[in-house]
Amino acid sequence: MTAIAARVRLPSGGGVHLALALVLVIGAVIVAVDGGNLLSQPSITGILHRSAALGIVAVGQTIVLLVGSLDLSVAYLISLCSLVAAETMAGQEGMVLPAVLAVLGVCVVVGLVNGLVVSLLRVNAFIATLGMALLLRGVIDDQYDGPAGQVAQGFQRIGYDRIGPIPVAALLMGAVALVAWFVLTRTKLGYRIYAVGGDVEVARLSGIRTAPVVVTAHVLCAVCAGVAGLFLASRLGAGTPTVGTDGGYDLESIAAAVLGGTALAGGKGGVVGTISGVLLLAVLDSVFNALEVDPFFKNVVRGTVIIVAVAVYAVRTRRPR
Amino acid sequence: MAAPLLAMRNVSKSFFGNEVLSGVDLDLRPGEVHALVGENGAGKSTLMKILAGVHEPDSGEIELGGEQVRFSHPSQAQVAGVAIIYQELTLLGERTVAENVFLGREPSRFGVIDRRKMETETTRLLEELGERSFTSRRLVRQLSVAQQQVVEIAKALVVDARVVVMDEPTASLADHEVELLYKLIHRLQARGIGVLYVSHRLREVFDLAQRVTVLKDGRLVSTTDTEAIDIPGLVRLMVGRDLESFFPPRESDIGDVLLEASGAGHRRLRDVDLRLHAGEIVGVAGLQGSGRTSLARALFGVEPFTTGEIRVDGRRTRITSPRRAIKAGLGYVTEDRKSEGLALRQQVRHNALLVAHALHRSAGVSVSELLTSVELTGGPDSASREVRFLSGGNQQKVVLAKWLAVRPRVLIFDEPTRGIDVGAKFAIYTLIRALSAQGVAILMISSELQELIGMADRILVMRDHRIVADLPGDSTEEAIMHAAVHEEAAP
Amino acid sequence: MNRSLVPVLGVLAVLLIAIAFVNPNFVDPPVFLAFLKRAAPLALLAAGQYFVIASGEFDLSVGSLITAEVVIAARLINGDADATWWVIVLLLVIGALTGLVNGTITTRFGVPSFIATLGMLLILEGAVFLWTDGAPRGALSDEFRMFGRNNVVGQIPWSVVILLLLGVGAVLLMRSDFGRTLMATGDNARAAALAGVRVSWVRTTAFILSGLSAAVAAVLLGGFGGVSAQVGRGMEFAAITAVVLGGVALGGGRGSVVGAMAGALTVESLFTLLNLLGVSGALEYAVQGLIIIAAVAFTSRRTDEHPRPGRGIRRGRAHHSVLK
Repeated sequence: MTAIAARVRLPSGGGVHLALALVLVIGAVIVAVDGGNLLSQPSITGILHRSAALGIVAVGQTIVLLVGSLDLSVAYLISLCSLVAAETMAGQEGMVLPAVLAVLGVCVVVGLVNGLVVSLLRVNAFIATLGMALLLRGVIDDQYDGPAGQVAQGFQRIGYDRIGPIPVAALLMGAVALVAWFVLTRTKLGYRIYAVGGDVEVARLSGIRTAPVVVTAHVLCAVCAGVAGLFLASRLGAGTPTVGTDGGYDLESIAAAVLGGTALAGGKGGVVGTISGVLLLAVLDSVFNALEVDPFFKNVVRGTVIIVAVAVYAVRTRRPR
Repeated sequence: MAAPLLAMRNVSKSFFGNEVLSGVDLDLRPGEVHALVGENGAGKSTLMKILAGVHEPDSGEIELGGEQVRFSHPSQAQVAGVAIIYQELTLLGERTVAENVFLGREPSRFGVIDRRKMETETTRLLEELGERSFTSRRLVRQLSVAQQQVVEIAKALVVDARVVVMDEPTASLADHEVELLYKLIHRLQARGIGVLYVSHRLREVFDLAQRVTVLKDGRLVSTTDTEAIDIPGLVRLMVGRDLESFFPPRESDIGDVLLEASGAGHRRLRDVDLRLHAGEIVGVAGLQGSGRTSLARALFGVEPFTTGEIRVDGRRTRITSPRRAIKAGLGYVTEDRKSEGLALRQQVRHNALLVAHALHRSAGVSVSELLTSVELTGGPDSASREVRFLSGGNQQKVVLAKWLAVRPRVLIFDEPTRGIDVGAKFAIYTLIRALSAQGVAILMISSELQELIGMADRILVMRDHRIVADLPGDSTEEAIMHAAVHEEAAP
Repeated sequence: MNRSLVPVLGVLAVLLIAIAFVNPNFVDPPVFLAFLKRAAPLALLAAGQYFVIASGEFDLSVGSLITAEVVIAARLINGDADATWWVIVLLLVIGALTGLVNGTITTRFGVPSFIATLGMLLILEGAVFLWTDGAPRGALSDEFRMFGRNNVVGQIPWSVVILLLLGVGAVLLMRSDFGRTLMATGDNARAAALAGVRVSWVRTTAFILSGLSAAVAAVLLGGFGGVSAQVGRGMEFAAITAVVLGGVALGGGRGSVVGAMAGALTVESLFTLLNLLGVSGALEYAVQGLIIIAAVAFTSRRTDEHPRPGRGIRRGRAHHSVLK
């Protein structure tokens, strides 16, 4: 198994794909016994829809985790982006492009600040991005009391349209993941992200300037959060100050990435695993919805699944010396 | 005489007001191996790091191929053709060989990596280095230390280095691997590359180098042709005094059996029979990978024996964890003191008492007495310093103090003098002798045969995870090597 | 004195002086004691979190543990004074058990504590609301609320006495064999294990202490603020922030428990000062965020010395990352 993995270079954390398949099969059987159909087209569409926002954020989170950092500010950033997008658009089709640019601008600034504070001021990423989260929260709380702005009619289609059975949202997630995958596995930047995350001192001694790599990773992560914010704005039709925190996107994106085999310490993992991790959580949600389980119970199972999955993974990969 | 490839002139560097290099000159000719020696703290690594662009010199000049250079980041040194092979390998375990070899220098177009070129180039380089035991796609963490060293050298070749600096490259290599390294170095020389070779092993200096530079306390002592000097002469330059009797004489009486293993084994080790007597020093020799460290770890309960039996003081004892081993009276000075022996950010005091704390035992003596007993003396606050600020030799003394605090009956040493300078080595040998004189049974693993011959009463030789010979302490190096290498040497 | 304490005590002193300057009443014993009373839960939580962080781990579950504890207490006591004492004992047991589970998952199954305690956070949150059907019910008794609200004698609040006693206890604990082995474990777990330290048990104990501190904080917060589903929200981050402000580096083996508690007082005095200055409640977060980043940037400048030497793959620990 390890030998095969080494030869064909399965993304590390191959176990998550297996887990996803298992959950899908077992879930389908349970739902079928209950008289439903998990694999029906509406249900699958629902799963994909449900994954989109978390998937997009988690892809960004994977990038910062790989570089050996993390980003706890994404949840508030998502809220802020949804507000910026909806307010800039104010319902006009013509303002979609400026709104998107404004959101990207905000994200680049936030990502830059996060990255610079982490790499140049050498503030621990946990604290740096937690501080950024508080900062964004302050700005949001100060400026907004509730939903604000309105997205353009056409823009809403991102949130709801489908091409065949596949929601545009899922395509968006797929596109973000594909770009991230390409960057990480095929470009110099990607190689450097793995190198810096693997061992920052080794990277430096090998002639890599590490600070720009860390900063770029943070900007990419923030941009992903922005895309998720745009998507959520299109889905809700307006900007919402709590959309990011209600979704728990900060911690759940980290959980999804780790579920997908990305090492918290950096340098190991990838977006393919992350997407599987996100889908796994979405399938679980769908199963619970189909079974009409108490929503609070979902959290309990979610927490348990995250712990158990990572435990199984940790025990499996604990190398016998 | 060829013009120097590299010339460092009057280089000085201070950290926080401490001058660690002062006015050092050094030059390197094409195709030359130039050894750099000195005790720990003499300034070798600082000099090396200045050359690598890790530190910037406070003053002085560096010329490379006749041009003046100034590095403020390792990438600039690389571009200029300086490659460093650090003592601790600078490789990423989770990346492939090819990815490591080209780390920071990946061939690419518009930022997109040419993976095929990377792999074929790596394969070519590995072949050039005579390495065929692994492919460019293997993950580095799956390789042995020696194989990783080859990757490290390939990495140096990729940058088209004109100057290669090697810091203690043999520290983790077994003898036959050292031979391979020698060959690699000769190939580098043949290409006209200059090699700056930093080592504590003086024999290597004479094997390889044409010239040798001695540093002491951050100053240049001398640069001489190796033909014009011998080992004692070099030691004198390094330490500033003679080290006539390098190994202190034996003075212990051998007593009863303290530790006995019979038919012990586990997944890898087989049929281990051994007896350690009170006051005895038993050496363990063998090539890298022969199972020496596994033996120590099994005895100490890190990876316990699953078969056979262990007796301590005649009593049958099950040692299933280090804690149990310690309770049974064992201690273990590991080969890698930084990652396994010390909590580097804690004070000397707390490291010295760590085992005592762990067992909720009192050391019975004060910390200062404990530190005096390992000859670790310093200012009044020496016990409050964080261990990471100590030299390698003094760190090793702290490790020793940690065990002495619980008065073990059996002490296992794994490469006790690795990376320790000549002066401190002598102190460690003296301490080991003193312990055995007090009746402690000592098992001493070492790659340095002279050390074993000088210290041990008996020498066990390991091969293929077995003990294959039990030789007297005054055996010749040839006899030991013979047993370590040859099939038929087993008694 | 421990050098890592200098920056936090400096910052704390500056803040306290600034508060006294804005509000001269602050130096009156009752006002100052009221401040300490407000700060006590976070300070205790920071002390608990300190053990976990010093051992090289994280505990993200304390916030939802506090919520769970308060909600459980309200429902079980339901205004009945007689139930107070056994419920408090039960709360402590729940806190210790939560820590035990966190520690076991982390040490025996090798789940990074960040993930293990994050999972615990979700579980506790879900479980409590599942049990209460979404809204906290019941009420705390006056006896229960006494600890968070009332004074022992004169003007000295229970909270302050508890904080002092447990604080002294924490300091003594760090000076004991346990404290030394805890620091060694956080600094270099491998070396500690080879020196005979029961690393798993030490870390698990740290989690148990953190869980216990959350239980005590819950009693104080329940008494002080009353029952709500929001009571513990964000407390884990506040505690971690306090610990880090106190000069304790994430990653383990450094800093002091006094620093952690001083960090909590710093956070609390920052809130007080911002309030006094009339910074809007919303912007308070923004200012807090800025100050935290600045303070940590400042302390990491002060305490980080040489660039680290090259660490090869033989030492697999990525120190620049807080997570393992």
